[in-house]
Amino acid sequence: MAKPSTGASATLPAPAAGTAEPTVIVDGLHVVYRVYGKGGDRGTAATALFRILGRRTRPTIREVHAIRGMSFVAYRGDAIGIIGRNGSGKSTLLRAIAGLLPPEHGTVYTICDASLLGVNAALMDDLTGERNVVLGCLAMGMTKAEIKTKYAEIVDFSGVAEFINLPMKTYSSGMGSRLRFAIAAAKDYELLLIDEALATGDAEFRVKSHARIDELRNKAGTVFLVAHDLEEVEDTCNRVIWLDRGKIVEQGEDVIAVIDRYIDASGGEKVTRDPVTRKRISAPEPD
Amino acid sequence: MKSTRSGSRGQVLDSAAEPSAAKSARQRADGRAAEDQPGQAADDEPAAATGGQPDGALAALAVQYGLRPSAQRPTIGIYLSELARRWNFIMGFATARNVAMYTEAKLGQLWQVLAPLLNAGVYFLIFGVIIKGVSRGVPDFLAFLVTGVFVFSFTQRTFISTSKVITDSLPLIRALKFPRAALPLAYVMIELQQMLLSLAVLFVLVLVEREPITWHWLLVVPAIVLLTMFNAGIGMFAARTGARVNDFAQLLPFLMRTWLYLSGVIYSIQQFVVDHSQHYGWATTLLQVNPAAVYITLVRNALLNTQRESAFGAKPYDQANCYAWAGVNRPTPVPKGWSHAVSQVKNHLPADHPLSQYGSAYCHPTVVSSHLWLLGAGWAVVALLLGFWFFWRKEVFYGRG
Repeated sequence: MAKPSTGASATLPAPAAGTAEPTVIVDGLHVVYRVYGKGGDRGTAATALFRILGRRTRPTIREVHAIRGMSFVAYRGDAIGIIGRNGSGKSTLLRAIAGLLPPEHGTVYTICDASLLGVNAALMDDLTGERNVVLGCLAMGMTKAEIKTKYAEIVDFSGVAEFINLPMKTYSSGMGSRLRFAIAAAKDYELLLIDEALATGDAEFRVKSHARIDELRNKAGTVFLVAHDLEEVEDTCNRVIWLDRGKIVEQGEDVIAVIDRYIDASGGEKVTRDPVTRKRISAPEPD
Repeated sequence: MKSTRSGSRGQVLDSAAEPSAAKSARQRADGRAAEDQPGQAADDEPAAATGGQPDGALAALAVQYGLRPSAQRPTIGIYLSELARRWNFIMGFATARNVAMYTEAKLGQLWQVLAPLLNAGVYFLIFGVIIKGVSRGVPDFLAFLVTGVFVFSFTQRTFISTSKVITDSLPLIRALKFPRAALPLAYVMIELQQMLLSLAVLFVLVLVEREPITWHWLLVVPAIVLLTMFNAGIGMFAARTGARVNDFAQLLPFLMRTWLYLSGVIYSIQQFVVDHSQHYGWATTLLQVNPAAVYITLVRNALLNTQRESAFGAKPYDQANCYAWAGVNRPTPVPKGWSHAVSQVKNHLPADHPLSQYGSAYCHPTVVSSHLWLLGAGWAVVALLLGFWFFWRKEVFYGRG
C-alpha cells in the first residue's frame, strides 16, 4: 500500500503498512441471476401443461453466472476503480457489496452498510423531485430534522433548481441522475459505491461530484467507482480492478499500467502518455 | 458451476506492497478458493447468506476487524428497531403514493371518496334492486351492504396491492438498503387512509338512514385497529408470495372474489347459518369464523342498531322464536311458545314486526356476537406475527434477479 507510485495514485493518501484497516472483504464470491421465462421453453400453454404433468421444476429459469469467484480486500481510504467490458460483472459486484444481491457462494464482508449510487436507481418516477428528496432521505434512515437542514443543500447540489416541483419522470436523464447523486451523497458514508452515476452529468456537475467524492474519502471512507470513462478512474482512484466475464483479470495500485493493458486487450484506442508524468497527452473521447 | 473459481488464483499482482497479514490472508484465501469447489447448488438459502460458518483467512480477517456479511438477514430484534426508525418513511411513502395515484385524473383526490361510493352503488343496484332475494331478513339493507363492501375492500385492496409491492418498488429496493417490510406496511397504510375516508362516507350515509348515534360507534375504532393489524399480516404474506411466485398476482382476483362471496358482504350470514346449520354445522361455523366476516360483523354491529340487536346471541336463547324467524318447519319436539311465535311472524309479514326483524337474536349457533371480539383479536395477532416472520425469512432475496 505504501509503495511510492507514480501518476494519479501518488497524490492519494495511502494507509501506513500494518495499520491498514479493511473495510470490504470479498471472499470467494459467486453471484447467480435467475431469469424467468426467456429461453428454451417457448412458454406456450402446452409446454407449461406438460411441464406440470411431468413434475419438472421450472425449466424456464435460466441461470446467469454473473460473478464467478472473486476475492479481494479493500482498505480505509481506498478509491477503487472497477473496469471491464459491458456484462463483465461490474454493477453486479457493486450490488453484492451493497448487500442488495445475495451471494450464491462465498461472502462479502463490510464494515457498515454501503450506499450504492447508480444511473438506474430511479427512486419514484411519478413523484416530484421534492418528494423524492424527502423520501430518499427517510429511507436512508435520516430524521425529519436532519432532512430539514440538508434539503436546501441537496437541491442546490443537484442543480435542478425550479424543476424540483415537477415529477421526476419529466426530468432529463442528466437531471435525474444529478438529483439522485445529490440525495445519496447527502449522508456521510464509510462505504460509497458509484455505478456510472457521474457519466451523465455536465462538466460543472462532474467537478462538484468529484469534490464530494474526495470529501467522502477524506472522511476515512472507501469508494468504489464503476466507470467506462477510464480517465475518470485514473483521476479518482488509487487502485483498479479489471473484470472480465465475472472474474478478476488483474488488479493493482498502478492504475495507469492496468488501464493501459486493459485498453490493449480490449482493442481500444491507444493512449499517448507523457513519459515523465504519465498524464494523457491527448485524451480520447470517453466511450 | 464447477471449476469457476480458479480465475481468482494468482492474479493479485500488487500484493508485495501490502501489509503482510492481509497479503498472506489474501493468498491463502485464493488458494482455498481454488481447491474448495462449490459442492452443490444452494437451493434456497446459501449458507453464506445466513451467516454460515466463516472460515479461511479472509473470514478470520473479517472477524478481526469486525466486518459483517453484507447480505446477511438481520435478527428480528434489529430488524424491528430498523423498521421502527423508518416509520416516517412508511407514512411519507404512503401519502406520496396516495397523492400520485390520482394526479392524472381530473377529479383528483375526489376519487378516493367516489370510488367506494360507486362500488357500493353497483352492489346495491344488483343485489338490492334487481335480485331482491339476498336482502331477505336484513333490515336496513343499504347501510348493511355498504358497510360490508367498504370493510371488505380494505382487505381486498391490501391483498392485491401488496402482492405487487416488491416488483413495483424494484428501483428503490436496488438503490437503497432499508428493511423491506416497510414497503408492504406502507401499502397497508395507503389502504388504511382510503378506509378512513370510506368510513367518513359511511358515517354520513348511516346518519342519512336515520341511524341513532350511540356510544357503540366508538367500537369502530378498535375494530379498524384489529383489521389493520390483520391486513398488515396478510399484506406481508402477499408481498413475499407475490415477489417469489409471479403467478400469484394472476390467481389473486379469483381468490378474492371467492372470499368476497363467502364473507357475507352482500347477504346475511346469519340467515344462511340458520338455514343450513342443521345439516352443515361445520361449514356454517367456518363461515362465521372467517376473518373477513368477523371484522365486517364487528363494524356492522358497532354502527348499525338493527344489526346489533339482531345479532346472534343478542337475546337469551329461545328456540321457538329463533326457528319461527328462520322459517324452519315445525320442529320435533315442539318448543314452548311455538304457535305464538309462528303466528306473530306470519301475521306481521313483511318485515315490520320485531320478531321477523330481530328474531336472529334468539338463535345461539356456535359463534355468537360476544365471541367476535376474541376472534377478531386472535386473527389480528396470528396474522401479524406469522406474516411478519414469513416476510422476514426472505429479507435478503427481495429485488434479486
